[in-house]
Amino acid sequence: MKKTYNINEKGYYGEFGGAYIPEMLYPNVEELRQNYLKIMAEPSFQEEFNALLKDYVGRPSPLYFAKRLSEKYNTKIYLKREDLNHTGAHKINNTIGQILMAKRLGKNRIIAETGAGQHGVATATVCALMGIECIVYMGEIDIARQAPNVARMKMLGATVVPALSGSRTLKDATNEAIRDWINNPVDTHYIIGSVVGPHPYPDMVAKFQAVVSEEIKRQLLEKEGTEDPTYLVACVGGGSNAAGTYYHYLDNEAVNIIAVEAAGLGVDSGESAATSVLGKEGIIHGSKTLLMQTHDGQITEPYSISAGLDYPGVGPMHANLYKTGRAEFIAITDDDAMKAGLDLCKLEGIIPAIESSHALAVFEHKIFKPDDIVVLNLSGRGDKDLQNYIDYFKL
Amino acid sequence: MNRINQKLEEDKKLLSIYFTAGYPNINDTVSVIENLEKSGVDMIEIGLPFSDPLADGPTIQSSSTKALHNGMTSERLFEQLKDVRKTVSIPLIIMGYFNPMLQYGVEEFCKKCQEVGIDGLIIPDLPVDVYNDNYKSIFEKYGLINVFLITPQTSEERIRFIDSISKGFIYMVSSASVTGSQSGFGAIQTNYFERIAEMKLKNPQIVGFGISNNETFTQATKHAKGAIIGSAFVKHLTTNGVDNIEDFVNTIL
Repeated sequence: MKKTYNINEKGYYGEFGGAYIPEMLYPNVEELRQNYLKIMAEPSFQEEFNALLKDYVGRPSPLYFAKRLSEKYNTKIYLKREDLNHTGAHKINNTIGQILMAKRLGKNRIIAETGAGQHGVATATVCALMGIECIVYMGEIDIARQAPNVARMKMLGATVVPALSGSRTLKDATNEAIRDWINNPVDTHYIIGSVVGPHPYPDMVAKFQAVVSEEIKRQLLEKEGTEDPTYLVACVGGGSNAAGTYYHYLDNEAVNIIAVEAAGLGVDSGESAATSVLGKEGIIHGSKTLLMQTHDGQITEPYSISAGLDYPGVGPMHANLYKTGRAEFIAITDDDAMKAGLDLCKLEGIIPAIESSHALAVFEHKIFKPDDIVVLNLSGRGDKDLQNYIDYFKL
Repeated sequence: MNRINQKLEEDKKLLSIYFTAGYPNINDTVSVIENLEKSGVDMIEIGLPFSDPLADGPTIQSSSTKALHNGMTSERLFEQLKDVRKTVSIPLIIMGYFNPMLQYGVEEFCKKCQEVGIDGLIIPDLPVDVYNDNYKSIFEKYGLINVFLITPQTSEERIRFIDSISKGFIYMVSSASVTGSQSGFGAIQTNYFERIAEMKLKNPQIVGFGISNNETFTQATKHAKGAIIGSAFVKHLTTNGVDNIEDFVNTIL
């Protein structure tokens, strides 16, 4: 059998993935597993999904040649402009797909977890679009520090429920969403926001995000006469924008893959989210993957200035890309990310999300050749991070 | 013969109690176990605390957080239990999530369990098929019974499969819920209890989730072999500490 970096029929990427879930969740996850590929293959599903991506999200997103940035680093840099999507990030690609999935499964209640609120907003948006009840779990601490996104979700008609357990951040919001699903097994669909969780979630979310690399192939062919860049670059928290960027290139080893993690205050500082360096194999949220944990197997709290990257685990696809050496993992500190973000503003007139700024900082850490083609996923826009930028640069 | 199997042969309805190891104080673990046995409890589930207990409600999660804060670890638990069999003879089961066991090393964990006299394990997030394919032989090597869960949503076919690979009892989750989230049983549960009883499974069933007093214990054990109390007992520990455990047990039996 041909070697693949994609998922196998048992729901694993290499040794990572699977569905390590309590029996109480088994029927929910099994229903999804048995149906997701079938539903996604239905022509009517494809038609509705593509129409919404085009007319509602605003796809295809441009593949923009960043001329001045390219000049600065003496290489060819293309930005995949996911920041121009409706709601300001790649997250909506997945929530559109999953809300259509939920409708076809006959669900009338949606739950989601959110850290900084981006996935919560993207979920509340599609629930408003479809007129479906939406409950978003968010850590109590995150609710306090992400007030604008909490307000957005409320305006969109969602109920925001504070997660009061554990460290009261993203991982606890995820725990609470999973508990809600245990308590409501029949009518509820859980829209996970990244390529994490039990199989089939990592694969389903990757497939909804795969539109990103599908477009890159077409757009790059038009601009450079080849579908294949030399490098693909994306930031990785859970890893959904990265999964979308890599998806159609996973098994094309002529294309180099770079995954950028958040080093926080530094990989060895104790305040970091660089899972590939600091993590060990284990189980988090139903998936076997790399995760940050104590010697005794307790999950620890990561840190990054970027709320979208401070997840203690990483999607199983990425754990496998790391383990096999298919992708090069680079950890970027808060400081380097913030500087790269400001640089993009000045050079290209684009204010990036701090998550994407981590990816942009790669150019200060790795030298590319003049004729390399580097495609970088600019996964989100920086409006949501304005207060962070203000505080950091004393603007 | 494993103590669990011996206990299941007794002609009575069994009361099993769950508590979190290292709670309320780090060194309470063995006193709680001894007091429970003295009070007439038939079986004990020792909760190995985990930072992210997905199947548990707020009561057990906060006791786990406190226990971890107190310094509880797998190593420490085995240390505390090393002489427990000098004073305690009822079956002891460790209930915990899979990740701490994975980090300890599954074989090493099972070996330690056997050394201190643990009879079985309940691991909610270790799926039946993964257990069957990868870990069954290790558990059996160390004489441990792995207990599987079923819920009202579990299909008949899957219940039959779980029954076929179970070697002690089946943990029957009373309703679609996390622990500690309901009070009292309604028609849905009664029907479910009857449906399972009619299946005539080879393994006896012990009902858990939603049992907090004599009334719910009696309802749950009408058809089943026994019942498990968790959150209600953890609440008792929160208020009373290790004293007066007998008073709590007396309200159930």
